[in-house]
Amino acid sequence: MAARFLWASRVASHLKISIAQRGFASVVLKDLKYAESHEWVKIDGNKATFGITDHAQDHLGDVVYVELPDLGRSVSQGESFGAVESVKATSDINSPVSGKVVEVNEVLTESPGLVNTSPYEDGWIIKVELSDAEEAKKLMDSDKYSKFCEEEDAKH
Amino acid sequence: MRVKNVGVPLMNLVKLRGTPILQQLLLEERLLRSSSANWCILNDGTNLPTIVMGFSGKPCELVELQPVLRDRIPVIKRFTGGGTVIVDENTLFVSLICNRNDLPDVLPYPPSLMAWSGSLYSQVFNGIGDFQLRENDYVFGDRKFGGNAQSITRNRWIHHTSFLWDYSETNMSYLKLPSKVPQYRLGRDHTDFVCRMKDYIERSVFIENTIKAVGTQFMLKELSLDEIDDSCREHLETTRLLTLDELKETLAKTSRSESIAQAV
Repeated sequence: MAARFLWASRVASHLKISIAQRGFASVVLKDLKYAESHEWVKIDGNKATFGITDHAQDHLGDVVYVELPDLGRSVSQGESFGAVESVKATSDINSPVSGKVVEVNEVLTESPGLVNTSPYEDGWIIKVELSDAEEAKKLMDSDKYSKFCEEEDAKH
Repeated sequence: MRVKNVGVPLMNLVKLRGTPILQQLLLEERLLRSSSANWCILNDGTNLPTIVMGFSGKPCELVELQPVLRDRIPVIKRFTGGGTVIVDENTLFVSLICNRNDLPDVLPYPPSLMAWSGSLYSQVFNGIGDFQLRENDYVFGDRKFGGNAQSITRNRWIHHTSFLWDYSETNMSYLKLPSKVPQYRLGRDHTDFVCRMKDYIERSVFIENTIKAVGTQFMLKELSLDEIDDSCREHLETTRLLTLDELKETLAKTSRSESIAQAV
């Protein structure tokens, strides 16, 4: 856990954002937005970068394959656009906001484990051109997402 | 979907026999993505020996292509994760498709689903053969007889299992030894690693016990295949039969790579 916090601190420093340490829970970065299906999004003007959160990768296990969408494809908020395979399971990756895919992280084809080791940085999955910037308001900030994760884990 | 005032969720039970595995998998993928009900699908054997790879499976790594092409063994890529199996009339299939909200105590992630399934099947086998969930397999002692795979969507999941009622060594020879094997395999070859379910339990008893075990958590309603509403087909379908041309091309590429490697 200390190693993960150190990793998160380096990421945060590089991205010039602050982090929230959740004790023994997974890492949540401030200044990102989060979906209930455990994807994160970083918005930069009319572009957005997505990935899955540290909470998600921790619960899924070792990612062995990432199914990436085609460039130019439209994605819609809440809908699946790809999948990760871990252990014996495929899990949908859902789009936190709507837009058009303008870049995919091809490195994940050879190195799917980046989703586990660097979920907020090298493990980013796609970049989109936003179609509706207002949609981001429906997402959670880091504090809400941290609480959401704690409540989800506490139920089980 | 829960029965009011009882608190037990409903589950549709579909009992099949000898249904082609491609048809079964396409049905499951459709029900996972386009239905809002819970489903238990039991297929008592499939009609033809068929190889079924997981979502990201590569035939060149998992399948002995020359004999497969020679003997025209169908090869399917399914929508769930996990490894490669060869199935036939002596494979039993049990698939459970659930709304995550109908099992609120089960986290919709692979390890939790696997653990939940392990406890369900502990009821089925009830002390027979030292049954346990070992890593991600069902075993008697340390011998595998059941392989599992899952797919998890936003609000639903499927956990499905192929059980080795019996198997043929000839059929197993169509498969390569996978690069990823469970730790408990301990380097054992196939004949020492797997076992036949028929040596432990009667086929009808297994099916009856499975239905009973599922019935402790769901209210079951039996439906025939014809009664399933198949009007909604807008979902993304990823399960498919690989074509002969694809397999031939893969073999040709593999042969070329091996020739170059040898020449160097």
